[in-house]
Amino acid sequence: MRVKPDCLAHAILLLGVALFMLPIWVMVAGATQDAGAIARGGLSVIPNPSGFGIFWQALFYGGAAHAGYPVWHMLLVSFAMACGIAIGKIVISLLSAYAIVFFRFPFRRFAFWTIFLTLMLPVEVRIIPSFAVVSSLGLINTYGGLTLPLIASATATLLFRQVFAAIPDELVEAARLDGAGPIEFLRDMVLPVSRANLAALFVILFVYGWNQYLWPLLASSSPAYTTIVLGIVQMLAPDQMTPWNLVMATTTLAMAPPVIVVVLLQRAFVRGLTESDK
Amino acid sequence: MVAPQLLLTAVFFLWPAAKAMQEAVTATDPFGTSTIFVGFDNFAALFSDSEYLAAIFRTVVFCAAVSLIAMAAGLLFAYFADRDLRGKTWYRSLLIWPYAIAPALAAALWVFIMDPQIGIFGRHFGAGWNYALNGSQAMGLVIGASAWKQVSYDFIFYLAALQSIPKSLVEAATLDGARGFTRFRTIIWPLLLPTTFFLMVVNLVYAAFDTFSLILALTGGGPGTATETLVLKVYEDGYVGNDIGGSAAQSVVLMILIIALTSVQFRVLGQKRR
Repeated sequence: MRVKPDCLAHAILLLGVALFMLPIWVMVAGATQDAGAIARGGLSVIPNPSGFGIFWQALFYGGAAHAGYPVWHMLLVSFAMACGIAIGKIVISLLSAYAIVFFRFPFRRFAFWTIFLTLMLPVEVRIIPSFAVVSSLGLINTYGGLTLPLIASATATLLFRQVFAAIPDELVEAARLDGAGPIEFLRDMVLPVSRANLAALFVILFVYGWNQYLWPLLASSSPAYTTIVLGIVQMLAPDQMTPWNLVMATTTLAMAPPVIVVVLLQRAFVRGLTESDK
Repeated sequence: MVAPQLLLTAVFFLWPAAKAMQEAVTATDPFGTSTIFVGFDNFAALFSDSEYLAAIFRTVVFCAAVSLIAMAAGLLFAYFADRDLRGKTWYRSLLIWPYAIAPALAAALWVFIMDPQIGIFGRHFGAGWNYALNGSQAMGLVIGASAWKQVSYDFIFYLAALQSIPKSLVEAATLDGARGFTRFRTIIWPLLLPTTFFLMVVNLVYAAFDTFSLILALTGGGPGTATETLVLKVYEDGYVGNDIGGSAAQSVVLMILIIALTSVQFRVLGQKRR
């Protein structure tokens, strides 16, 4: 119907895209340039075509603050932590939501409300006492200490509860008549119908886990457990004198995995996000 | 089957929360040899501390500015991305992916842009521009960076809300002569109100808590305490400054705040469902 192109809309959206792409462009272009020139104020938007090797070099870079643990190691720690949080949280919330929706057991409501309560306490609020608890359990500088306090939260449980509650009773009845036990029902019915939610949740939790900063800062004092996000903030500290092109290249590497996950699973992610948070 | 989650909840939520409450009402001497019950002294000290009151005010200004800017930008882009444009799926993808950027990395990006020596814009701002020395510039910077990082989240939700508005409704309004801004104000905006309330709470919580790493990486709460929000203060006092009782009292205040915000959110959402 519309004949002439909607110039205003294009202009505003292009402005929005530029607002987000420009910093990324500057970062990638800057990474390929000479560190000395950048420090002297010569950062340019034009990338240096012969400088792209920096991304490879950055993988093996380890500054003094990192005690020889290179960037690829930090990426690995981040990856393990993000996957641990995502998978751990999905598994325990799947199980508890399944139990709360489909079984009758004593204290069911109490269990639900206890879990629900945790929705209200983000890590940032309870950092110091959580640190005391985790350190008295001897979990500082372990993957357990990095992931477990972030796994215990209610968002995923609430989402699964909503999905499971929407499964019609007739289906449960029919499965029971066909002789399916609780395990078969979970495997053959519940998991297939919630596949899209699982994908969305994985994206949200992976990004959440990867981007954590405050908790890893407290729970991992050893460079062997430094995540990439922590590593970059350390590199940015004024006393580190890290060459600028390496900081930019490392930031690019740190940003890539969660962005790739979001872009690849965008459809499931957007649906899951807008449905689960409401 | 609920046991694993209940166990984790008890160990990593209830225990720390109880510990915070306990520490908030006790005082320990500097050598950690004796602990005495002091009742609400820690809270009283907190609210008579002019620095803490200043931090509250600073946090309120920061949260309001971040939420307002991020939501306005998110709505603006969503409104136009909802139109039937060429390449709209490209626009949408390009506006959604920044969701994945860590707040700490957003801080790094803003350094590359705004740093007075190396920043691609910042170095042209003249000698007056130095957010490591000037408190209001530092505040403006952390507000800008925090809002920038949150725009795509608001965009996603506003776009979903706009798409759920029936096209027939908008067409009917158009036939009745409502166009442009009038159409937006009288038809679309009222339908977006529930989403706006929801996003307002989410944005406030984001600005109050999730921006910790962004602020720490960008300004470290400084210069002085110019950008020290309440969460940074909990961290500074408790972990760096070792004032466990005072920091625990601050944690309890924040817990109460977030419980209040969350219950407001559920009340609003509950009304929406009905």
